[in-house]
Amino acid sequence: MSTSLRNNAAVAVALAAAVLLLTAIALALYWAPNDADQGFSQRIFYIHVPVALTAYACFGWGAWKALRLLWTREARYDLESYTAVHMGVIFGVLTLVTGSIWARISWGVWWSWSERQLVLFLILFLFYSAYFMLRYSTDPGPRRARMSAVYALFGVVLIPISFLAIRLAENFIHPVVFTRDGPQMAGSMFFVFCMSLAGTLALAAALYLNELAGKRLDERLRELREALA
Amino acid sequence: MSDARATVIRARGLERRFGEKRAVAGLDLDVAAGDFLVVTGPNGAGKSTLLALLAGLLAPTRGALEVAVERHEVGYLAHEPLLYRELTAFENLDFFGRLYRVPERRERIGMLLERFGLWDARRERVGAFSRGMAQRLALCRTLLHEPRLLVLDEPYAGLDSDGASLLDGELETLVSSDTWSVPPGHGRGENGRLSTVVLATHDSGRVSRFTTAELALG
Amino acid sequence: MAAVTHYAADVAALARKDLLIELRSRDTVPAMLLFVVSALVVFRFSLPADASNLAATGLLWIAVIFTALLGLTRAFVPEREQRLMDALVLSPCDRSAIWLGKALSVVAFLVLAEAIALPAFALFFAPVSWETAAAFALADLGIAAVGTLLAAMAAVTRARELLLPLLFLPLAVPIVVGGVGASVEPDPARYLAFLGLYDLLFAILAWASFEYVVTE
Repeated sequence: MSTSLRNNAAVAVALAAAVLLLTAIALALYWAPNDADQGFSQRIFYIHVPVALTAYACFGWGAWKALRLLWTREARYDLESYTAVHMGVIFGVLTLVTGSIWARISWGVWWSWSERQLVLFLILFLFYSAYFMLRYSTDPGPRRARMSAVYALFGVVLIPISFLAIRLAENFIHPVVFTRDGPQMAGSMFFVFCMSLAGTLALAAALYLNELAGKRLDERLRELREALA
Repeated sequence: MSDARATVIRARGLERRFGEKRAVAGLDLDVAAGDFLVVTGPNGAGKSTLLALLAGLLAPTRGALEVAVERHEVGYLAHEPLLYRELTAFENLDFFGRLYRVPERRERIGMLLERFGLWDARRERVGAFSRGMAQRLALCRTLLHEPRLLVLDEPYAGLDSDGASLLDGELETLVSSDTWSVPPGHGRGENGRLSTVVLATHDSGRVSRFTTAELALG
Repeated sequence: MAAVTHYAADVAALARKDLLIELRSRDTVPAMLLFVVSALVVFRFSLPADASNLAATGLLWIAVIFTALLGLTRAFVPEREQRLMDALVLSPCDRSAIWLGKALSVVAFLVLAEAIALPAFALFFAPVSWETAAAFALADLGIAAVGTLLAAMAAVTRARELLLPLLFLPLAVPIVVGGVGASVEPDPARYLAFLGLYDLLFAILAWASFEYVVTE
C-alpha cells in the first residue's frame, strides 16, 4: 500500500497551500489596488469569493465520489464523498461568515437577503447539515453509504436550482436595495484573486487529504481489532 | 439418467457484517437443483441472515455468493408475514400476483387459498387474522408464483397442527417423492418441526439430496 | 415494448395498492385535510389586519408544504412497520416502479388536500387564480417526486419521521419560490416554467436513484 506516496502528496499539497495563501493574503492586503467604490473593505472579496468557489468545488467533488460509489459499489468512495462534503460545509460556513462581515462593513447589517451568494449558502448549509443528520441517524454500512451518496447528488442539483430560485424570488421579496457591483477586476486584482483561489483550493485539498488519511487509519485500526477478536 | 445437477447456489467465504458484528462468517455452501437444505444452529447463529442473503435481500459484506435464479423465481418466507394488514387475503395475493405476473392469477389464488384452508376468509382484512392464519397466507404468498428456489425462515412458526399438516403436505407435493422423509433428528426444532428450509426445485420434481448446514454462534 | 407495459402494470398495481390501503384505513388524507384548514385558520390570526395578498398567498403555500410533509411522513409506514419493503424489493418489479407508484398516490393525496385548501383560502382570504392552481399542480409533482424518495430514506433511519422535514425543507425552497411567484407575479409563466424544470430534474434524479436507497 502506497501510504508513503500518499503522505508525500499530502505534505506537498499542504505546503503549496501555505505558500499560496500567505502570498495571497500579503498581496491582498498590501499590493492590490484600492477598489474605487468600496475602498479598503472590498479586500475581503479576495477571501470571500474564493472560499465560496472552493465550497462549490468540494460539494461537486463529493457528488462525483458519490456517483463513483453508486457506480462501482466500492466502499472507499463513501469516505471520500463524506469528507468532501464535510470540507464543503466548513468552507460554506466560512463563506457565510466572511459574507456577513463584508455586509457589516459595507452596509452596517450582519445579514442581507439581497446577497444571492449568502442566501444560497444558507440554503446549502441547511441541506448539508441534514446530510450529516442523515448519516448520524443511520447505522454504518452499505445502506448508509448509498443513501448519503444519493443525497449528495441531490445537493449538487440543488445548487443551480436554488440559485435560479433566488434570482426569481428577488422580484417579490422586495429586498432593501443594497447593490454591489461585482468588482471590475483590473489585471492586478485578477491576479490576486487567482492566487487566493488557488490557495483556498489547495487548503481544501490539504484538509481533505489529511482528514481522509485520519479516517482511513481509524478504519484500518477497526479492521485489525475485529480480525484479532 | 444423468446425475449432473445444475448448481443453484454457491457460496464461498460468505460473510455478512452489521457494523462491528459478524452475523455470518466465512461460510461455504453449495445448493444444487433438487436439494432440500435445512440450516440449523442455535438462536443468534445467523440463520435468518443467511436466508436473507440466499434470497437476495442482503448483499454479502465479504466473500462470494452466486445464485443462479432470477428474482421472480425466488419464494421467500420471513419472520414477519409480509402482508398488508389493511387489505384482504385475496387482495394481498392479487397484489403480489400482479407483481410476479402470475398467469391465471385468480384461479391460482383461489386454489392456494382453498389448499391452505383460507377460502372462507378471503375477504377478511389480514389485520384481523390470527397468527396461524397470517402464516398460512404468507405461505400462499411465497408459493404463489411457483418459485424455483424456496427460502423459508421458520415456516412452522405460529401454525397450529392443522396448518402444520398443510405445510407438510405442501412440501411433500413440491418434492413429489414417495420416499421423501426427513431423517429423524435432523434439523428438527424442539417441537419436531423444521426450522429453516431452502428448497431448490428440480425439473423432475424429485428431491435428490437432503442436507443440513450447521451454523454456530459467534 | 413489452418491458414498458410490464413497467406500467407494476406501477399501476403499486399505486392501486396504496390508494386501496388509504381508502380502507383513512389514516392520511383526513388528517391532511383537517391540518391544512387548521393551518390556514391559525395563519389568519398571525397576520396583521392590513396584510397584503402576497403575505396570505405565501402562507397558503407554507400550509400546503407542511400538509404535504404530514402526508409524506405516512407514505412508507405500512412498508416499514410490516417489513413489507423486503417483499417489494424482492419482487421482480423495477425498484423505480415502487417509487413511481408511491409518488403517484402522494400526488393524489395532495390534490385532494388542495381541493379543500384552495376553496378554503378563497373563502378566508382572497380568490384563487388559475395560475395558482396550475402552480399547485406542478408543485405537487415536485413535492411527490422528491418527498417520496426522502420518505423512503427517513424510514430506514433511527430518527425516522423526525428526519423527513429536515431533509425535505431545503429542497422545498425552490418549490415555494416558484409557487408563490406564479401566484402573485404579473408574469407567472416564468415561475411555472421554473417549477417544470424543478420537477423534471428532480424526478429524473429520484427515479434513477431510488434503487440505491432501498437495496442493500
